[in-house]
Amino acid sequence: MKLKGAQIFFECLKREGVEVIFGFPGGSILDIYDEMSRADVRHILVRHEQGAAHMADGYARATGRVGVCLVTSGPGATNTVTGVATAYMDSVPMVVFTGQVPTAMIGDDAFQEVDIIGITRPCTKHSYLVRDVHDIPRVIKEAFYLARTGRPGPVVVDLPKDVIQAYAEFRYPKRIDLPGYRPTTEAHTGQIRRAYQFIKKARHPVLYVGGGVIHASATEELLRFAEMNQIPVTSTLMGLGSFPAAVARPEAEGGVELHPLWLGMLGMHGTYRANMAVSHADVLIAVGARFDDRVTGKVSGFAPKAKIIHIDIDPTSISKNIEVDIPIVGDCRNALSKLIDMSQAEPIENLQDQRTPWLEQIHNWRETYPLRYVQGEDVIKPQFVVESIYRISRGEAIIATEVGQNQMWAAQYYHFVHPRSFLSSGGLGTMGYGLPAAIGAQVAFPERLVVNIAGDGSIQMNIQELMAAVCNCLPVKVAILNNRFLGMVRQWQELFYQKNYCGTCLDDASPDFVKLAEAYGAVGLRATKPSEVEPVLREAFSVNKPVLMDFVVEPDEGVYPMVPAGKSISEMLLV
Amino acid sequence: MESHDSKQRHTIGILVQNRPGVLARVVGLFSGRSFNIENITAAETNEPGITRITLVTTGDQHILSQIVKQLNKLIDVLKVFDFSETDFVDREMVLIKVRAEERTRAEVLRIADIFRAKVVDVSPHFYTLEVTGNDSKIGAIMELLEQVGIVEVARTGKAALARSKKH
Ligand SMILES: Cc1ncc(C[n+]2csc(CCOP(=O)(O)OP(=O)(O)O)c2C)c(N)n1
Repeated sequence: MKLKGAQIFFECLKREGVEVIFGFPGGSILDIYDEMSRADVRHILVRHEQGAAHMADGYARATGRVGVCLVTSGPGATNTVTGVATAYMDSVPMVVFTGQVPTAMIGDDAFQEVDIIGITRPCTKHSYLVRDVHDIPRVIKEAFYLARTGRPGPVVVDLPKDVIQAYAEFRYPKRIDLPGYRPTTEAHTGQIRRAYQFIKKARHPVLYVGGGVIHASATEELLRFAEMNQIPVTSTLMGLGSFPAAVARPEAEGGVELHPLWLGMLGMHGTYRANMAVSHADVLIAVGARFDDRVTGKVSGFAPKAKIIHIDIDPTSISKNIEVDIPIVGDCRNALSKLIDMSQAEPIENLQDQRTPWLEQIHNWRETYPLRYVQGEDVIKPQFVVESIYRISRGEAIIATEVGQNQMWAAQYYHFVHPRSFLSSGGLGTMGYGLPAAIGAQVAFPERLVVNIAGDGSIQMNIQELMAAVCNCLPVKVAILNNRFLGMVRQWQELFYQKNYCGTCLDDASPDFVKLAEAYGAVGLRATKPSEVEPVLREAFSVNKPVLMDFVVEPDEGVYPMVPAGKSISEMLLV
Repeated sequence: MESHDSKQRHTIGILVQNRPGVLARVVGLFSGRSFNIENITAAETNEPGITRITLVTTGDQHILSQIVKQLNKLIDVLKVFDFSETDFVDREMVLIKVRAEERTRAEVLRIADIFRAKVVDVSPHFYTLEVTGNDSKIGAIMELLEQVGIVEVARTGKAALARSKKH
């Protein structure tokens, strides 16, 4: 029996196990929407296609599964581009289906025609323009396979209207035939052995880990390897959650007990101890990280004394920004397992004696310059809000962020213990990411607490998605650290542009967030004094509805430590 | 990466699946990452559905290795071969239209003869020559003909194959 292209589309999604589509309809994609009413899949109707892309992304980061988004041609497609680029930079598995004008009209500047394949070519892992209804199954199978394997990433599939209207026999291919795509997953044992010889001799080893550890589900191996060899661990923004920062759940009273090997995040807003440890390391083991400029600062000043071992699934990441001594191409989990086997077979002698001075040194760095802020009586400090979220959620929430100071404070003051619980746009730094990403995660985990830590600027970039949260009963919580500024940019102006605050002040230039929340049918809450922070959070976390919390915070607070652009990471500005 | 090696020319062979847009992916990668393309050719091979792209680029060793790795990462790319690592033959064909007046015709024919170029078109004032060779041969004939007067030139770009094993 022949099926219509649009039916074939849903048959394929069923085979790929897709449960939810984030989308927005339009003329070119209407046949699929027509068929959707009969298909067994959940659809979240967004309010802007950028929101659809970020929701699919948030869903993917929180679950490890491929996020799916569906939009119409022309403006529907172009509206996803920021979301596609965001996913590309952070290696997020995602498939974006875009409508297209009928094949016969392609190239005629038809109504709502745009060359979305051309536009997204540099920010997708791969893309397809489907020209024949018979190709739909093969293309969809390949698209999902490419999105989730190797170094994951977004794939765009462009579907002309006549193709989804045509009929064909449906057959789902069993095999994938991509002769040009063979990611190396098995780490080279000889290279691993060489690496381990360096690690054995190291006096000041450091593990520098990134999002690749999470993508590869290698967090248990990382913990095991770090503990058995007593190697301190620092992480990139994307790697937060790959190593358990804290050893116990935070109690209502009293401090946090951090994992003794945890250094915190490194780089531009990294901790003093992480940046100092990397600067003094004699062996640096990079796992699933890519030596981004926000991490390395001035390249010649990064880990200047260290032999560098670099494990990554993507050969292009290796020796791109920094020349490494031992490159290891492969899956992080595979490589770490082999390192664990080697450490068991040939354990380091006198491990405790060897490590004690190094771990003591790190402890001293931590004591000298811990992350700190002073919470007075009158004005709420943004860091205090994040710490309170951490405490009240007992470290178990899924945290999304926007971009700017809010993002950095979330990274510094929320101590992540689980992978896939921190959703943040690292590579592209996309303001407006957090709210839709939080919604995507909430779709996957309806019972979990999902909090978007936001700035008063960023939240307005995709605020319309609050409506999608309300309509779909997705009780996300948004904590706006409202400093009445585009805070991170203001901080740069303060430090490097003689306090010329041009274009960054939002005082009296934002809506009343409480009323706004209510207008959308969500709950709006406000805290203006430190004593109100905890009651507001407790109330927000207890209602089963989306909540927008407006925390009126200190406008002049900065994120520290800070490595000025172009400086070595040991040259931190501290407070 | 801070690197100060001198810029070198490299010839790279790329076998790709002949899918729509594959050339755009290859070329887009070069422009998007500010790699250089000096010349490029693309045509089908003897194997159906497989196209060979030959391109010449400049850059130090670090850039070259990034280029090779980035090309390999493209899904439609089957094989990338850096010819600077091996012995290879390369040829390019050039059509050169030169001014051929009474007093220069003999000179043009003499130069053509030396370089085994063919006269492929003759008109009252111009001769068009076809010459095939590597960079140095083509450079040499162009230099000599320049003195007679080159009107225009069309070059095919380079084709290259390794001498021994198959790539
Ligand atoms: C889409 C987009 N536009 C511009 C920027 C540049 N930018 C980075 S941080 C920032 C300020 C963000 O302000 P806000 O959301 O209020 O957060 P805060 O830094 O105050 O916490 C800006 C404008 C960006 N990252 N993304």
